[in-house]
Amino acid sequence: MTERFLGKDLLGLEPLTADQIRFILDTAEPFKEVSERAIKKVPTLRGKTIVNLFFEASTRTRISFEFAEKRLSADTVNVAAAGSSVEKGETLVDTARNLEAMRIDMVVMRHPSSGAAQFLADRIRSNVVNAGDGTHEHPTQGLLDLLTLRDKFGRIEGLKVCICGDILHSRVARSNIWGLLKLGAEVGVCGPASLLPLGIEELGVTVYRRIEDAIEWADALNVLRLQLERMHAGFLPSLREYNRVFGVTVERLEKAPRELVILHPGPMNRGVEIDSRVADGPHSVILEQVTNGVAIRMAVLYLLAGGRPEMAEAAKGRAGEAGE
Amino acid sequence: MVVAGTRNALLDARGVQRALQRMAKQIVEFAEGTERLVLVGIHRRGPELTQRLARLIEAEEGVPVPRGTLDITLYRDDVGTIGPRPVVGETHLPENLDAKCVVIVDDVLYTGRTVRAALDELTDFGRPARIGLCALIDRGGRELPIQADIVGKTVRAQPGDRVDVFLQEVDGRDVVELVRGEGGGGK
Repeated sequence: MTERFLGKDLLGLEPLTADQIRFILDTAEPFKEVSERAIKKVPTLRGKTIVNLFFEASTRTRISFEFAEKRLSADTVNVAAAGSSVEKGETLVDTARNLEAMRIDMVVMRHPSSGAAQFLADRIRSNVVNAGDGTHEHPTQGLLDLLTLRDKFGRIEGLKVCICGDILHSRVARSNIWGLLKLGAEVGVCGPASLLPLGIEELGVTVYRRIEDAIEWADALNVLRLQLERMHAGFLPSLREYNRVFGVTVERLEKAPRELVILHPGPMNRGVEIDSRVADGPHSVILEQVTNGVAIRMAVLYLLAGGRPEMAEAAKGRAGEAGE
Repeated sequence: MVVAGTRNALLDARGVQRALQRMAKQIVEFAEGTERLVLVGIHRRGPELTQRLARLIEAEEGVPVPRGTLDITLYRDDVGTIGPRPVVGETHLPENLDAKCVVIVDDVLYTGRTVRAALDELTDFGRPARIGLCALIDRGGRELPIQADIVGKTVRAQPGDRVDVFLQEVDGRDVVELVRGEGGGGK
């Protein structure tokens, strides 16, 4: 048995090679078609049990993972921190070990602490997919953004992508930066100084202080959600001021030398980081991102489920394939 | 004693052509005309064979033959043993298969597992009145109760052997070769 292409877990895009990222994107292509069928289901992961362990609120990501799992015929269980034994003080490892004792195959986890996915992956045998850990990474979001950009431009290499907004607290920003740089894009970041990490230039990205400059430079903008809870922590004076200075508006985009493609990982604060006319405009690919999210997650689950050594052992002696 | 790696030609370019011509006629007979006929090729080489068979039938019958392609990767019974870089192809089928006569086209019929997967996948796209199986080469060695309705050439290959199908469209030449293996074991 050769080593699995992706390894046991998907924890982030930082540890992946460009080749691995491209392969996940390529694998996602045929999965798009499965979601277009009248019967949106293939039996690929029949008999596999996947636990969606969400210690943080999520609608889009959790539903997207759930659709991906169900369309691959896996059995799924959702565990939310609220109302579970976590509230009674159970530790993350104990929760996971108990789940594993019920013979599960994979855990999809979202957790408020950076590094939680790695922590879990090191301690259980099941595959772990990071669905967002603190301010660290959100790899499937990064991958679906890459897929959407590649669909739109036909390539990632040489593309100028600016990530706008709260870079400091954003795991989406981090996964995007790693993925884009590995695939040869030029990456810019733009936001108020209080929401830009110190020394971010060292990652190889260009910092734009004014949204107008970013718009003039970029082929695509990935507009991040302004996490409203940050305002109370004193990072921003007011939402109106943020919109006035950093909001992505039709008026600003009209001055751009080329038509920009607009991404947003959702949920949107209309009228804050993005205007409704931009979000619903002809260059917005926000809903394509959501569609691609299911295909990317199907691809990731499929690739992680494949090639388990113990299953290869069990299947030995069976001719795998007819034909050539 | 057969030396491993020896290549024996089973069909040359003319042989492939003749087999396809005969198979095209048999397909029309099998489907009792072209009215309900849909050809579906299984990746890889199946779609190319489908294309050629459809053109032969169209030339003879003077009507268009609907065709599709099927990738059965997601319907395999061995997801745990997929290689490190499994390639998933795309499936494209004509809108509705209800009440159609579907003929599955594959290059080599061996264990029957690919066809089993193809049957499962087809039923997710509708309820054909009838499904047939057409293979360029039947090499024996079935692991499931599946037989072809139309065969280009039948050979008795050993489990370690390999049948290579090369087609003009993908490989630049038409030839089918039997490659001798060590005997026993898979490919």
